[in-house]
Amino acid sequence: MKFFFFDFALISYFVSTVTGIAELFKSTRFTVKTVFLAAIAGFVSHTIHLVTQYIQSGHIPIVNFHQAVSFLAWSIVLVFFLLQYRYRSELLGSFVMPVVFVLMFSASNLPHQIQPLEPMLKSYWFGIHIFFAFIGDAAFALAFVVGVMYLIQERYVKSKHLGGLFKRLPSLQALDEINYRLISVGFPFLSIAIITGVIWAESATGFYWRWDTKEVWSLITWLIYALVLHLRLSTGWRGRKAAILSIAGFVIVLFAFFGIHLFRKGFHVF
Amino acid sequence: MNILIVGLNHKTAGVEIREKVAFNQDKLAKANDALKGLSEIEEFLILSTCNRVELYLVVKDIMTGTEQVMDFLSSFHQVDRKSMEKALYQHTGQEAIRHGFCVASSLDSMVLGEPQILGQLKDSFEFSLNQKTTGVILNKFIRKAISVAKRIRTETGIAQNAVSISFAAVELAKKIFDTLANTTIMLLGAGEMAELAARHLVCNGIRQVLIANRTYARAVELARNFNGKPVAFEDFKKELVHTDIVLCSTGAADYVLKKDEMRHLMKERRQKPMFVIDIAVPRNIDPEINQMDNVYLYDIDDLQGVVNNNLMERQNEAAKAQAIVDEEIQVFLKWYNSLHTAPTITALRKKAEMIRMAELERATKRLNGIGQKDLKTIDAMTQAIVNKLIHAPTAALRADSDNSAELNALIRRLYELDEVEK
Repeated sequence: MKFFFFDFALISYFVSTVTGIAELFKSTRFTVKTVFLAAIAGFVSHTIHLVTQYIQSGHIPIVNFHQAVSFLAWSIVLVFFLLQYRYRSELLGSFVMPVVFVLMFSASNLPHQIQPLEPMLKSYWFGIHIFFAFIGDAAFALAFVVGVMYLIQERYVKSKHLGGLFKRLPSLQALDEINYRLISVGFPFLSIAIITGVIWAESATGFYWRWDTKEVWSLITWLIYALVLHLRLSTGWRGRKAAILSIAGFVIVLFAFFGIHLFRKGFHVF
Repeated sequence: MNILIVGLNHKTAGVEIREKVAFNQDKLAKANDALKGLSEIEEFLILSTCNRVELYLVVKDIMTGTEQVMDFLSSFHQVDRKSMEKALYQHTGQEAIRHGFCVASSLDSMVLGEPQILGQLKDSFEFSLNQKTTGVILNKFIRKAISVAKRIRTETGIAQNAVSISFAAVELAKKIFDTLANTTIMLLGAGEMAELAARHLVCNGIRQVLIANRTYARAVELARNFNGKPVAFEDFKKELVHTDIVLCSTGAADYVLKKDEMRHLMKERRQKPMFVIDIAVPRNIDPEINQMDNVYLYDIDDLQGVVNNNLMERQNEAAKAQAIVDEEIQVFLKWYNSLHTAPTITALRKKAEMIRMAELERATKRLNGIGQKDLKTIDAMTQAIVNKLIHAPTAALRADSDNSAELNALIRRLYELDEVEK
């Protein structure tokens, strides 16, 4: 029963992913609705799961890797809804939900048990740090997805074969702009996450910065997105180049997230 | 079935015949009066467009009705009947219904799926309604054709995707810039085709139109048309910095815009996307620029390729549309048949009841002093006999079969129903 809502969310995301992929081949009123409704059902259930875990454990339920991956998936769905509310692109779900499902599926296969809680995780700095880090990462995930959509659409226009998804994908300008907005939101979030992390580290351990792997990779991620924004604003690196950079950026985010877990040295659990 | 369509279209007749038999506004009124006077014709509607002239009719008899209409056409337009007959087609019955539905849905048009024909049919129908030349059958037929056309438009992709070069350009521009509201277009050269394409783009809300032409006077003239700004031809490259769409059709023999210049330009534009349409032959713009980021170049063949692809897609959608037409024909036939069979069934019932009542009366007279209870039994028995006897023919009339018209006539004759109705 403890994981009922988690499993229900996983199944809903799966349904949303499958119909989302079907949607790419043949769009009907049914697929359009199902992708979205299943994502909503999954998100609601996922939220209930997180809230009950919080109530049961008495602390923010993001203390092991399983919970972190699951929370990243949750954050991506949240940002996806916000984006959908703002821009309404019917195909966005088809591209986002597979990412969400893969994360959720990996989370379900990671060990669920919780190690005895380290005292430093009880700080409220931890909550702030986590919130900004995850929403920032989720924005980068969406920027990655939108970047992929941009490259596909750009391919259609450049190659002059306007079949397939050309009609249903948003315009190049819209995709480029959404990509830019996402990164310009994600970047300050990441910055705040790093700053709060530093403050929190100091209050918990007495050191601001200890060069552990996570810290190094966070800095690399930060530099990359700083570069993306700088190049766009100074020399007009937009469109294709911006899309490729935002894809590369998220790959590094993922590496920082998963890779470090695999070769973990340092005090970051995730 | 006495629905008849006589007509010709772009497939059966060249323009030299079509223009002769076309009905313009003047002729239409006269033709209406003339057709009203014809004895065989009960209802009619004239549909006359650039690509087709068709008469939709309900006639008393197909053979003589067709004759009369042909005579009318050749005498009204003063064309030789023999030469006209080669171009004419006639559809009757189910085929007429199919043809009407296909015409309305633009399945019979020169450009598959083009939207004008439906509007033209609606106009003709409205005219006929005002003139009171249509009746129960044609009204239902044409209304149904219009609704079938709408259904096909929403349920299939027959009307989707641009099938003209101008529309293809608009479609592409919208996929590059999202909205054209903030874009500036430059016409480079001022050919007729460029003007047409520009008109479509401007209709879609372009913010500013710049016109550069070697003859400055022509640029000024066009600028007035488009509410735009003329640019001296020598200065066009300077203006390109704040131009988003370039529509190029100069008579230049060499490229007027080269890759190096374009690269420089894009730097100055800070890589803001540019859509370059080169419909000039020989081409005016270095094709290499399509390889640059944020520059999208389409020449006339590229656009034609897009159009051809879209046409092919429409062909595929036409198959789906035909299935809808088939389905709707059955719906219409059901209504049409009931138009004849319903009165027949009523008449048959009426006649049977008349006979029964007459016979019952005679019998009761003879059976003097019969009790109320027995009388009731006899009444019920006669009713049962009559019902059972007429059950089979009424069921046959109700069933929709292909020969329901013949069956209807046969039953009317066998039971002498026409006399009942008198």
